[in-house]
Amino acid sequence: MNAPLAFDRPGRPSPEGAEHAPASGRHVGAPLPRPNAKRLLAGRGAYVSDLKLPRMLHAAFVRAPFAHARIVRIGLDAARAAPGVVLVATGEDLAKLCTPWVGTLDHFKGMKSAPQLPLPLERVTWSGQAVVAVVAESRAAAEDAAELVEVGYEELPVLADLDTALAPDAPRIAPGFADNICFRSVVETGEVDDAFAAAAHVVEADMAFGRHTGVTLEPRALIADFDASERRLTVHHATQTPFQFQDLYARHYGLPEARVRVVAPDVGGSFGIKLHVYHEDMAVIGLSMLAGRPVKYVADRLEAFVSDIHARDHRVRARAALDANGRLIAIAAEDETAIGPFSTYPRTSAVEGNQVIRLIGAPYRLDAYRGDLKVVFQNKTQTSQYRAVGHPIACAVTEHLMDRAAARLGLDPFDIRARNLIPDDAYPCASATGYRFEKLSHEACLARLKGLMDYDRLRAEQAELRARGVHRGIGIAAFVEITNPTPAFYGVGGARISAQDGAVIAITPSGEVRCTISVTEQGQGTEAIIGQIVADYLGVPQEVVRVITGDTETTPHGGATWACRGAGIGGETALQAAKKLKANVLKVAAAILQAQPGDLDLVDGQVVAASGGAARLSLAEVARIAFFRSDTLPPGTDAQLTVAHHFAPSGYPFAFTNGIHGCHVEVDAETGLVKILRHFVVEDCGRIINPLLVDEQVRGGVVQGLGAAFFEECRYDGNGQLLNGSLADYLVPMACEMPDIAIAHMETPTKDTELGAKGCGEAGTAAASAAALNAVNDALAPLGAVLTQIPMTPARILTALGAF
Amino acid sequence: MKARAFAYVRPRTLEEAHAAFAAADGDASFISGGQSLVPALAMRLQAPQVLVDLAGVDALRGVHLDGDVLRIGALTRHADALTDPLIRRHAPLLAAAAPFVAHPAIRNRGTLGGSVALADPASEFPAMMLAMGAEMEISGDAGLRRVPADEYFLDLYQTAIEPGEILVALHVPAAGPHACCAFDEMARRRGDYAMVGGGLMAERDGDALRAVRIALFSVGPTPVRARGAEAALEGRAPDADTIAAAQRALDGDIDPMDDAEVPAAMRRHLARVLLGRLIRKLEADQ
Repeated sequence: MNAPLAFDRPGRPSPEGAEHAPASGRHVGAPLPRPNAKRLLAGRGAYVSDLKLPRMLHAAFVRAPFAHARIVRIGLDAARAAPGVVLVATGEDLAKLCTPWVGTLDHFKGMKSAPQLPLPLERVTWSGQAVVAVVAESRAAAEDAAELVEVGYEELPVLADLDTALAPDAPRIAPGFADNICFRSVVETGEVDDAFAAAAHVVEADMAFGRHTGVTLEPRALIADFDASERRLTVHHATQTPFQFQDLYARHYGLPEARVRVVAPDVGGSFGIKLHVYHEDMAVIGLSMLAGRPVKYVADRLEAFVSDIHARDHRVRARAALDANGRLIAIAAEDETAIGPFSTYPRTSAVEGNQVIRLIGAPYRLDAYRGDLKVVFQNKTQTSQYRAVGHPIACAVTEHLMDRAAARLGLDPFDIRARNLIPDDAYPCASATGYRFEKLSHEACLARLKGLMDYDRLRAEQAELRARGVHRGIGIAAFVEITNPTPAFYGVGGARISAQDGAVIAITPSGEVRCTISVTEQGQGTEAIIGQIVADYLGVPQEVVRVITGDTETTPHGGATWACRGAGIGGETALQAAKKLKANVLKVAAAILQAQPGDLDLVDGQVVAASGGAARLSLAEVARIAFFRSDTLPPGTDAQLTVAHHFAPSGYPFAFTNGIHGCHVEVDAETGLVKILRHFVVEDCGRIINPLLVDEQVRGGVVQGLGAAFFEECRYDGNGQLLNGSLADYLVPMACEMPDIAIAHMETPTKDTELGAKGCGEAGTAAASAAALNAVNDALAPLGAVLTQIPMTPARILTALGAF
Repeated sequence: MKARAFAYVRPRTLEEAHAAFAAADGDASFISGGQSLVPALAMRLQAPQVLVDLAGVDALRGVHLDGDVLRIGALTRHADALTDPLIRRHAPLLAAAAPFVAHPAIRNRGTLGGSVALADPASEFPAMMLAMGAEMEISGDAGLRRVPADEYFLDLYQTAIEPGEILVALHVPAAGPHACCAFDEMARRRGDYAMVGGGLMAERDGDALRAVRIALFSVGPTPVRARGAEAALEGRAPDADTIAAAQRALDGDIDPMDDAEVPAAMRRHLARVLLGRLIRKLEADQ
């Protein structure tokens, strides 16, 4: 198992993937820097908050101070009379323009959620909910006037924890609801009860996972610009998904789709935060219509904490059954997850929990499984998809049980995993929950991690240091990640969220290349990898490829950026478009050269002889002739130097990736503080387009996972008040606390596409917190303490140790 | 998150500064480094009519040794506590605390006077005034007066500074040839407000410690002198028994607040651990 593996070479195609390699490529697989990085570093980025439109107004919102209350009175006179105020609008004003939305998907059977409007009519249902909008000549003037709005409330009972909401006599989150359960789902495979009855060993755990949020560097921001003369709406929007919002704004405000343009300029991070419908954002569209002027709204950091989607917040009770040899035979898990007062639109608040119960046990051979999910309403900020949706919970539950089982059986954590991981030669196969795996590389990753960590040395060092009262711990966690979703994800549920992407690639008259594509850029390097792919599969240097994204008016329709689909789906779209364009270029070149297209190739911007590579004609010359001297081409030459291509995955419903993390920590048993010494990742995202960007994605993801493990938590009191809604109190992971992160790669390309790429954006987040939890528990094991809750705060660690 | 409109004055002298404050009928705030006040203005937790910027008042500047007292002007930046040779030599506890104060960007703007005037109970520098036995020089209607640190901290964000008064300088007894000190804190992240922190000053007398002063922060509404622990250490060599006695005595010195992140009992535990580490640090530096 420790022999060097042929495909363990970052940036190079595996033998198995060799069929995918382009003949002349030098970009795909190379660690090339992002072309846009220097511009952003030089301060030349143009984010929504940088944009100033003529006659632009600014919106501020009056927010609810209570988590649940009836609105009994709204006094607007003083605000309307305040200096600089143009418009003050309530829920009623906007309800006349905007139709309500409901955050359910048809394939989630029995799901329920109350209709939503931009601003509430009668009740506020979480603390921080926007109630009244003030539009003024400046943001400061709008905030001044917002202080003058008087809202009278009558407080109502608050659902601020799971037990309160699940009690039979609990007040209901919305009138007419039979209970406070948004969605219930049970997955069952095999004879679960029999397996537990027959098991040699049963381990179990009650686990809790804190609620956290995305904390993008650039907060949510948009400018709505409604032009009544044409009934045309332009929205400059810091979003991942311009087409989704074009559709939503058109449908809810009754505009033809063609008259709604959504432009996503530079966007400062998203992590899943910037693809949900936010009430303020929907309100701003209506405010621009009412004012007849552009209206800007930028959520400030305090607003972000109470209005950006929150994520996670699970309570899981799980059990695993093993035979006498340490073979896993069954898992049963119950997940209760707390969401907001409704399900988020249009992607719902149920996907997270749904993925938790479907990903538990996913890396392992397992015949019997039961997962039981309850998605429960709360009077708190709405929750929805955030980086690695559901994965960290499923991974931590599974991997915590594996470590408990290893301890019970006296096995090393590597050993018990080696006994249970799906063997690398078992594919294709399916998980106990029905996910179909094309090909994963768990065993190879496990072996690679052991070497990468220098595991045996770490264990020896641990034993030596324990004798001196130093408590170091080592944890590992295997994962499976969902990427490249087909319409099975949203389309079948009735949501108008595209699973396909589109690209248009054109040769310019100078022989350069312009690629407009529906995937979008938020700082992760989407435009960079698209440029690399186009360069290789067309046959030009990357410098001449201009990639344009993020504008519904100028790029083809597509799903854009979520679920790690940019490389796998967007990349394949670009690849096929580039190949199509190359064929057209060679057809024109062949006409010029009186040759056969099949005898020619395009390499590095030169038309060359396919055999021997002798230069024949530059692409610039082909373009010059096609654009300016078409009269010199033979009659009937079809010079199509612009092509369009759309691609949707149609093979496996998802392209699964896999990997394994290791975490090395030192716990200060006196203070409960943990020093993260080093983190390790071995991951397999299929064909690697840019190893530099893959490593950046993995590292960024790991940091967010470690944030969840040790720092990030939205804490609420019993009245539904967020207690730490600022960056002084909500702790994000910072550079000083982050360890070096060692990364190694396996490459198992998907055969569903020619490119062979899967996603990599969530691999870091998926398992980092699980590895950290296992590492801390490994450190604490000799002290008799076990943690089953993240974040692992000093208070929780000291409590587990009985230190106070 | 925009501040309410305010008028801005930048006086050149203390007299002008007091006059500007008086002219606002008390609805004014003094600003120096602005690292606490500006966020409070942006969040509208404070909304004075007038902001009186002290940056132009030369009387608040400079670090001088005056006999055996170090005078540190209130406008001295946090960053200077790390680098100023006089502070490093004569007020080593301040220099030891400085790396734990926030981050470089904040240390470059924040001032020692601003920090001590605000008296955040979780801040490092106010507590170090207590540990060092400093005196605060305050300018008011009756001219200049000095208040010893032990009488300066009154309650949460309340000090001996009356409305309209200005903290001019910190007078720190210069560390003598036998002086020793230690600083430590326990924070979730580097630069955060600590869960518990503290500083210790003493004179070495052979193996024994004398003139022990210990001040803790983040253990109550003000920085706190650990007088019981001081007494347990006074005149003794800090062996394991003495340290344990000081840790036991500490329980009577503090009455920490209770919150979900750091329960009161945990703060007591951490304070005991911290005290032990301060003393061991002291010995390790010997």
